[in-house]
Amino acid sequence: MNTNVIETSGLGKRYGRTWALRECTLAVPAGHVTALIGPNGAGKTTLLNLAAGLASPSAGAVSVLGGLAAGSRAALDGIAFVAQDTPVYKNLSAADMLHLTATLNRRFDKPYARARLAELGIPLDRKAGKLSGGQRAQLALTVALARRPTLLILDEPVSMLDPIARHDFMANVMTAAAGKGGGEAGGVSVVLSSHVLADLERVADYLILLSRGQVQVAGEVDDVLASHRMLTGPAAEADTYTQRPVVHAVRGAAQAHLLVRATAGDPVPPGWEAHPVGLEELALAYLREPGAAALPGPARSRQAEPSKVIR
Amino acid sequence: MTAPTIPARPGEDARLRPLPLRRMAWATWRQHRAALGAVAAFLGAVAVYLWLTGLQMHHAEATYCHPVSSIACSINFTGKYGETVIVVSIALQAVPALIGAFTGAPVLARELETGTYQYAWTQGIGRLRWTVGKLVPLAVAVTAAAGAFTVLLSWYNQPFVAAGYVTLFSPRVFDLLGVAFAAWTLAAFAIGVLAGMVIRRAVPAIAATLAAYAALAFATGLWLREHYLTPLVTSNPNPPGSAWVISGWYTKGGMFAFGDRGNGLLSALAQLCGTAGQRVIRVTGGVEHVLGSSQCLAQHGYTHWTSYQPSSRFWPLQWIEGGWLLALSILLLAATIWLVRRRAT
Repeated sequence: MNTNVIETSGLGKRYGRTWALRECTLAVPAGHVTALIGPNGAGKTTLLNLAAGLASPSAGAVSVLGGLAAGSRAALDGIAFVAQDTPVYKNLSAADMLHLTATLNRRFDKPYARARLAELGIPLDRKAGKLSGGQRAQLALTVALARRPTLLILDEPVSMLDPIARHDFMANVMTAAAGKGGGEAGGVSVVLSSHVLADLERVADYLILLSRGQVQVAGEVDDVLASHRMLTGPAAEADTYTQRPVVHAVRGAAQAHLLVRATAGDPVPPGWEAHPVGLEELALAYLREPGAAALPGPARSRQAEPSKVIR
Repeated sequence: MTAPTIPARPGEDARLRPLPLRRMAWATWRQHRAALGAVAAFLGAVAVYLWLTGLQMHHAEATYCHPVSSIACSINFTGKYGETVIVVSIALQAVPALIGAFTGAPVLARELETGTYQYAWTQGIGRLRWTVGKLVPLAVAVTAAAGAFTVLLSWYNQPFVAAGYVTLFSPRVFDLLGVAFAAWTLAAFAIGVLAGMVIRRAVPAIAATLAAYAALAFATGLWLREHYLTPLVTSNPNPPGSAWVISGWYTKGGMFAFGDRGNGLLSALAQLCGTAGQRVIRVTGGVEHVLGSSQCLAQHGYTHWTSYQPSSRFWPLQWIEGGWLLALSILLLAATIWLVRRRAT
């Protein structure tokens, strides 16, 4: 069954007079490790808080795990959320954090959590406040995974970590995502956010690019890459290229580089060369062009008419 | 107009029974045992002091104050311990505020301050049950501790009440006795919890709690308490000694003439009774009473009326104070829970 772990329609969140997220319509399909990428202030944290039920929408609607209201009992039961900066109680030991989480949830796999902490070399009797940033992030991840969630949401999980800890953490997310969830067939859907694509490039197989609260790109990484090409040709002819939509153009003195929405089969004008694009290159191009959008996949069901405010 | 296109699955929540509130017991104990321990240690230290000084006072009262009017009693008991007991009872006024502020304010403020609410409110138990499961046991614990402490306080004050040195209605004593002490502690806790939720930082919330509590306690002692029950009125020049005298005034021919303190009385005295009536004596508490004047004014047809609360109303007034403080506390805690539910980060 092809369900969406997060689905929003016309979703908006206002803090005072500022909209942190506006008219956001997207779908995150189940069974993926989804990277939510966007510059600072794009509304990533707001979107994830809304999905986790921590905040309530100012406009539009958000549902999770195939149609549950965000923040409802069943939604809280199935979603493990690790907030930015991975908050844990500093005066509780790792063992206390495990016990605490076990008492606050229906399911908690304590043997798994203990084994995982042992593997990571995190002593159970160490107070969380005395752990390093990386260890604290690992503790928060362990606690979240041991809940056997259907959906694991990680908001900027590695922003506080050094490069080695980042790498290890992501490797752990990958291993854990492979078979430790409460979802169908034991897999857990994961949504990770970051403003640095490089952190997520190796692990994510689904990409959502968010800019100023709007979805620019949403789709499986392979599909997204296959539907974009980098064209290189004479700078003088850059403006005459109209065969396929241009996402972003870089003009040098002699040569121009155009990122276009085209597949390998699309014709290339004479004098131009086409190359496949990398994920980082593609993301950067879109982030530089907040007006551009490519929405393959479920997010295409976006309504043309702006949604009214629905409370 | 676009309706939400997302199909609802309301049946899912009904299928999942809520986690029982007792699941919160361990979390509450583990996270607040330090605060509860500090309250116990603080009350214990105060109790030891009250017990030691109280024993001496009980001994002195039993030895010298039968009869109460004896010189030995005023030298060895009221004279020796009177000032101490006044200072102590004033200091004890702060105890409910301190307990309430230091246990109540951090409960939510710390979570909001350190970001751990993002953990706590996304667990399966849900934020409503998390909040109720924390606040209710903590409120009961601090109220019970204060209630137990009241037993010691009434034992401590007993010799002074017996010797007629303090009345049960004295603003320094009334809220240390009966159910008032526990009720004020609960109110301070509830104020603290709400302040923590609104201010979101523990230390400012503690300060705000102490300020709000002080304002409420002063207003109650100065203006509110005497109106709990309509005072009795008597023209008897000597209302019962243990009664709480609230105000007095003179009438002539059934009409109000002037109050029994202030310029109206002084000018009447000067006019009717000459300088002899103007002996102004300063009594404890700084209130000026004009003595020896009642008889003089009575001869001129004035009647002195006094409104008062009789000592038999001690417990009714205690229950009224305890009752409205309990209602206020429940209201404040309910407001806090409502704020937690609707809070959008």
